[in-house]
Formats: sequence, structure tokens, C-alpha cells
Amino acid sequence: MTEKPVLEVKGLTLDFATRRGTLRALDGVSFTIGRGEVLGVVGESGAGKSLTGTAIIGLVERPGRITGGEIRLNGQRIDNLPPKEMRAIRGRKIGMIFQDPLTSLNPVFRIGDQLTETLQAHLPLSKAEARQRAIELLIEVGIPAPEKRIDGYPHEFSGGMRQRVVIALALAAGPDLIVADEPTTALDVSVQAQIITLLKRLCRTRGTSVMLITHDMGVIAETADRVAVMYAGRIAEIGPVADVIRHPRHPYARGLMGAIPALDTRVKRLTQISGSMPRLDSIPKGCAFQPRCTMAIPRCSLERPELVQAGASRAACWLANAETEVPA
Amino acid sequence: MFAYSIRSIAQGLLVLVAVAFIAFSMFRFVGDPVANMLGQEATLQDRQELSERLGLNDPWPVQFAQFIGNAATGEFGVSYRQARKVSDLIKERLPATVELAVLSALVATFFGVLLGVYVAINRTGFLSNAIMSISLIGVSLPTFLIGIGLIYIFAVELRWLPSFGRGETVKIGWWSTGLLTESGRKSLIMPVLTLAFFQLTLIMRLVRSEMLEVMRADFIRFARARGLGERVIELRHALRNTLVPVVTIAGLQLGSVIAFAIVTETVFQWPGLGALFVNAVQFADVPVMAAYLMFVAAVFVITNLIVDLLYFLLDPRLRTGGRTAKGH
Amino acid sequence: MTDTVPNPGEPSRFRRIWESDVMWSFRHSPVAIVSAFVSLVMILGAILAPLYAPQDPFNPATLNLMDGLTAPGKANEFTGKTFLLGSDSQGRDMFSAVLYGTQVSLLVGAASVLFSLVIGVFLGLMAGYVGGKTEAVIMRVADIQLSFPAILIALLIFGVARGVIPPAQQEDATLLLLILAIGLSNWAQYARTVRGSTLVEKNKEYVQAARVIGRSPLLIMLKHILPNVMGPVTVIATINLALAVIEEATLSFLGVGMPPTQPSLGTLIRVGQQFLFSGEWWILLFPALTLVILALAINLLGDWLRDALNPRLR
Repeated sequence: MTEKPVLEVKGLTLDFATRRGTLRALDGVSFTIGRGEVLGVVGESGAGKSLTGTAIIGLVERPGRITGGEIRLNGQRIDNLPPKEMRAIRGRKIGMIFQDPLTSLNPVFRIGDQLTETLQAHLPLSKAEARQRAIELLIEVGIPAPEKRIDGYPHEFSGGMRQRVVIALALAAGPDLIVADEPTTALDVSVQAQIITLLKRLCRTRGTSVMLITHDMGVIAETADRVAVMYAGRIAEIGPVADVIRHPRHPYARGLMGAIPALDTRVKRLTQISGSMPRLDSIPKGCAFQPRCTMAIPRCSLERPELVQAGASRAACWLANAETEVPA
Repeated sequence: MFAYSIRSIAQGLLVLVAVAFIAFSMFRFVGDPVANMLGQEATLQDRQELSERLGLNDPWPVQFAQFIGNAATGEFGVSYRQARKVSDLIKERLPATVELAVLSALVATFFGVLLGVYVAINRTGFLSNAIMSISLIGVSLPTFLIGIGLIYIFAVELRWLPSFGRGETVKIGWWSTGLLTESGRKSLIMPVLTLAFFQLTLIMRLVRSEMLEVMRADFIRFARARGLGERVIELRHALRNTLVPVVTIAGLQLGSVIAFAIVTETVFQWPGLGALFVNAVQFADVPVMAAYLMFVAAVFVITNLIVDLLYFLLDPRLRTGGRTAKGH
Repeated sequence: MTDTVPNPGEPSRFRRIWESDVMWSFRHSPVAIVSAFVSLVMILGAILAPLYAPQDPFNPATLNLMDGLTAPGKANEFTGKTFLLGSDSQGRDMFSAVLYGTQVSLLVGAASVLFSLVIGVFLGLMAGYVGGKTEAVIMRVADIQLSFPAILIALLIFGVARGVIPPAQQEDATLLLLILAIGLSNWAQYARTVRGSTLVEKNKEYVQAARVIGRSPLLIMLKHILPNVMGPVTVIATINLALAVIEEATLSFLGVGMPPTQPSLGTLIRVGQQFLFSGEWWILLFPALTLVILALAINLLGDWLRDALNPRLR
């Protein structure tokens, strides 16, 4: 390891205590994000992508609870911090962007007020200074006429513009890491690319690391340095984007990549994984993907595979290093 | 906004005319106004003369128009029972009711919001549970029993407060106030508390449930992710959004403040409009009943207008009008 | 096989009811059990009062003025008689008075609830089924009705009736008048609920089909809608029973309800209030306590029922 990573997640386990017993929503999730790196996190809904993001920023809501593992930010452990200290980290060290810009902003406050309150919560700024910084931030995220728009209310902005404001809010105090939870899903297709480009540019110039949660492999391919594929609360495969896309090692990742329509090749046929992800209360023993896996061997239903090095990536599959071409 | 106000004013006027029609019908069909005014010994000729003079022989739309004209100038004729002009009776008793109702509304709103926020924030605390239980009992407790209970404790046993009447009042023009003398202020305490109690529990429960609802909103999550303090989130972001529905319901409750004032005034022998009305009902004193009905309707319409205006102040989404205001 | 022959393989009807969701929730809610028990005891106690009450408190022949103002459980200084809950100024046993008062309160409450239920369900059905102007008028009136407090409306109806009915018959008419006034001031909620269900049901295929084959769709809807709205209507009726009992007590307390010759709990409280300053607290306390417990028990039962029938609401 050359440089100390910004974020280190090790064996993160998160349980939901329900009336019918404990449900394990995250099961031993481990990964790191380096300085200035963009890590894409993909998977079906319910795979635990968003939950991982929420756990990192310390906003897991009851009945969810982190029951194992640790999260380190710049080497400092943050998963067990008292609420007050964690609050100082949120916004200041880790910023978060949620899916829906329409509901992320408080409708009854001017966007300028929301920006300045965030700035003043973390930085020693006077009201006038905070306002100046807020205008600069709005310029950075590409809001036209920011001196005027700063006194507007959220409903006076379009969806794309609102997400720009949300990005400005997340970046306001200059965090080291941004957790972006499906930042474009709720937006118009035409605006999605602009927002992703903006996010990428801002983080690159500021050296901010990004954990980009999405189910859009296209966005990942274009934006991320590395990608983690999640399945049923576990990481199935993690590695450099190019490797995972071209040579996925985990059968699930392979299925997922098969589902991207490739532009440069003649359309073969989009593969589809049969069946669906198991519910949290019925995750099978051994490999969670095994019941849907076309290549499963007896061992898969008995023993759970750990992440192992396979080429440039790491995959949680007993056959990760068995170089077999999958029949499409 | 302008068009919107015009519409609600027009609606208010419509309600007033409808209520006026009911009041007018009471005049026409309840009892015989001529007999009421002349007594049993009047000759047929006297009766016919009076009928003519009162316009009772005109077609009813003419009479109704006349009635509205009179009502608009506060003219409701002479009380059957007290043989005094209804407008004088109302003028004499109005201050007592207004002081009682306004003070109660202030007490109920202030403590209702305060307690509501408290129980919403400390959802599981002992004190919160106690407050919620008491409020549930309070809802089942008839207003007059609360009044009697207070009288028993503070007037009979402790002898701290007077049990009936307004105490000494001071005349300011035609207005009489109890706020300027000690006995007047002491006399206000129990009636105000009695009248405020029901509204207080109602507002408290409303604030609580709205607040819990708002606390689940995305923008609250985002505010947390920005690292704002929990108090700022609760008291600034959540409360402000809670106030919009609370103001509506609280405003519309003013009708019931007036209704409960009837009971409160009877319990404490408070010389206000409510007690006047109960007396009128007992003796079928139609002019007084009609005047009171019109008074309540007017209060109702005016509060509705005020509530509409408050909307514009509290919810910026309505202020820009046009597209966003259409739904309301 | 008909319904009347129990199939040994299937659970009995009682068993099915016992194991239904509502009963399950009932058996697991201590509040529901206690409030149902209290309500039942009070209702039965009031209805059966003539069988066990120590005296008929409103038959002047049974009263002895010498027994007046006896404190609860103490012997009267002249006659030596004791009264469980004391006696009032006329030597009336408070226990019996409360029992009979509860009877009157419950009678007015139940009858007015039934009255408003019938009106409300009928108007709601009309509004939902006929639509158009009829619907607009009914719902508008319901809106206005709901924004004005019930007690005010009841007082107005009462006042008007006072003016219309000749004074000699007023006392006899009071009971009916109360039922009418309270009933007329509470129908709007039923109308709203039923209208909603009717609108949903109206467009279903079976109603359209009934129309095509010339059956009266109104009758068919009655058959299908009524079972659907039974749940919410029962909840509204239960909570309204508590409200109606309080409303009646309030009207009687204001002096426009039941006369002292045929008192309800509210009348007893009105009378009892006059003895507050002279220290005869029991004349006021027992009717008041009865009213509060009765209203609270029915209210809690209604609250529970609402939650049990509609799990989506908290």
C-alpha cells in the first residue's frame, strides 16, 4: 500500500433487530477508498449499497445497528464516535448527496440560508463571509446569476439545478470524502450526464474521494476508478473498473456486466440472471448467490467464499481463479 | 396570490350569507315576532299595523335583503326577554368573551407547541409518556368538569382565586377590561386555563404527529448529513415545516374555542356572549340567538382569511403563486 | 351441507371469531380488555338498575327529606340510615341516582348515535351514488357542519325547538329533542366515510353489470357497500358514543338538557355544583366520576378498535 487510504471499511456488519429475529443486512463488508479516488458501488436494490453509505456517515436509523467491524477515516476510527464528534465529521469530513434533490432541500428556507448554516456549522465564518463563500460555491456548481438565485427557495429551481445546490451543500465545508447515493437516478436523462461530469470535475480539482452508489454501470464505467459489486449485503467483487468490466470474476458480476448494452460490439443478447436476490431473512448458507448461479459446485452451498485475489481484482467465489469462459 | 385571496373572501361571504339565511329563517318561523313584541292583549289591528311596520308582509326575498342590511350594521332588533337592543347587549358582553378567548388561544398555542415539540423530540421519555397520557384523559374530560375541578381546588379549598365573575373591570371607551386590575387578572386565570385545556391537548398532539412525520423527511436526513446540530434540525428545520399544517388546524379550531367558551362562561358565570347565548337558547330568544350565530360565522370567516394569509407567510411555495399554488 | 350443520373438520364459528385478527389484537391489548370490561359493567349496571338499585330515586314517595345530605357511608343523624355514596338534599340515594342518571345518559347517547349513523350513512350513500349537484350540496353542508362545533349546532337546534314547541310539552319532549339535536350535529363524519367507499364501489364491474341486467344498483350497492364500511362506521360510532354522552352531559349542565325530574349525569353534576361550596362534595363527585370513567372507557375502546381495524394507521 503506497498511500494511506481516506476511508477504510473492515468487516462491517449491520443488523436489523425485528420482531421475527435479527436480519443481517451487511455481512463483513470490507473495502478502502484512496485519496482522490472514485469508488463505484453497484448492485441490485436491497444489496446494501445505500446502507453502507449511511453507515459510513453515521446515520443508520433504528432498528438498524452496526454490530461488527470498523470504519476508519484518515486512520481515525469513526464508527464508535459519540454523536457530537460524529456530527462534527458529517459535512466537514464526509459529505453526502442523496438520491432525490427535490426532497433533499428544506422547502421553507432560502437556499442561501441552507448554505450559510452549513458553512457556519463547520467553519469560523461571519455571516457576510459565509454568504460570499456560498455565492462562490454556487458559481462552482454552475448556477447562473448566483447573487440573485442565492435568495431563491428550492421550489424555484429545476431538478438539475437543485441537485447542483445539493452538491454545493455537500462540498461546502471541503470534505475529504463524498458519499453520493444514486445522485442522478431521480433526474431527467438529459441532465444526468451533466451532473455526473460536474461531480467528477469538482472532486478531481479538490482532490475529494467519492463513493458513488448507483445501479447504472454506464456511469461507473465513465466515472469510477474502482468498482465494488455488492450482493445480499456482501461484496461479491471489487477491483479496477476496467478489469471488473472486461474480466468479471464473480458469476454475479459477470451477469451484471452482461446486462450492459455494449456500444462497440454487435449486440449479442443481453444476458439476464434468472431468479432474484434472496430476502434478508432467507439468505442461503454458503455463497449467497449460489441458488442462482449457473456454475455452482457443491462447496458453494456449504462454505462461504471470502474475497480472494483474482487477477487485478478480488472476488468472493470459489471459482474466481478457475479461468473458465461463461456460456452467455 | 391576489386572485387566491379574492376567491377565499368570496367564499367567506357566501358562508356568511348562508348563515344569515338560517338566522333569518329563525326569525320568520320560530315563534311569532309580533306576538312576542306586543304581548297577548294586543288587538288584531295593532298586530296588523306592526306587521306592516316591521315589513313582515313583504315577500321574503325583500325581507331577507333587509335582514342582511340590518345585520351588516349590527342591527338585530330587540331581545324578547331582556327588552333591550341586541346590539347593546352584544357590545356590553363582547369584551369579556374576547379577552377570555384570545388569552386562552394564546396560552393553548404557546404551551401546545412547546409540549408538542417536547414530546416529539423525547418520544420515549417518562415525562413524554406522562404528558401523552394526561392529554388522552384530557380529551375525555368534559370542559365543564375541568372548570368545576379548578373551582374546587383553587376557590373552595385553597381560596386563592375567585370562583365566578370578572372581578373589577376598567372602562376604556366602551370596552371593559379585566386586565388592568388585580382582581380582574385573578378572575381570568381559571376560565382561561379551562378554555385553553382542550385546545392545548389538541395542538400538542397535532404538533407531535406532524413533527414526527417531518422528522422522517429526506431534507432532515440531508440536514443531518450536512452535520447540523440535532437542536437546530429539530427547532429550525422540523418545527418550521410543522407550523404550516398546525396553523391551519389551530385556526380552524377557533370555532370550537367559541363553543367551549359557552361552557366555560356558564361554569364561571362569566358575563360574556356565550352565557348570553345559553340564556337565549333556554328562552328561545330569537334575536339574540340570530345575532350570536352571525357573530360566530363572522369570526369563523375572518379566522379563515387570517389562516390563509399566514399560509403565505409560512410556506414560500405558495408565495410565488401560479403553478405551485394551484393545488390548494 | 348447510351452515347449521357443523363440520367436525372445521373450527367452530366461535373458534373462528376468537382467532380472527381483531380478537387477537383484543386479547393482546390490556387497555382494550380493561376498557371493554368497564364499559360493559357500566352499561349493564345502568340497564339493570331497576333490579338492584336501593331505591327508585325519582319517585317522590320513596324519598324522605330527613335523610338529606348524608355523607357517604355515614349514618344519618336523624334517621340512622346509611347511603353507600351519600344522599342529596332531598334524601335521594346518590348511588341509585347515578345508576338511573347513567341510564338516561346512555340512552340519549346511543339513540343519537344511531340517529346520526342512519342519516350519515344514507346521505353518504346518496352523495357517492347520485353524484353531481346532490353530492356537491351534501358534502358542502357536511364541510360546514364539521367546521362548526357540534355543541353549538345542538344548542341552536335546541333553541329553535324551544321556540316551536309549546311550553307545556317541552319537558316531555326534552329527551327526544336531545337525541335529535345531538344526532343532527354529528352525521357528517359518517357521510364522508360512506361516500368515499361508495365512490370506489360504484365503478366496480358487478355494479355496472347489475345496472345492465336491470337490477336496482342501489340495492346491490347497499348489500356490498354496507359490509365494507362496517369497520370504519363502527369505529366512528364507538368514539361518537363517548362524544355524545359528553355532549349530552354538557347540554344538561348548561341547563338546556334533561330536567331535574329525569336527570342524566350532566343534570346531576349541574345540581351537585351548587353544593360544592357547602362541603357536600359527594353530590357532585360521584356523577362526575361516573361520566369521566364512562367516556374514557368508551373512548379507549374506540381508539383501540380504530387501530385494530386499520393497522396501517399507527
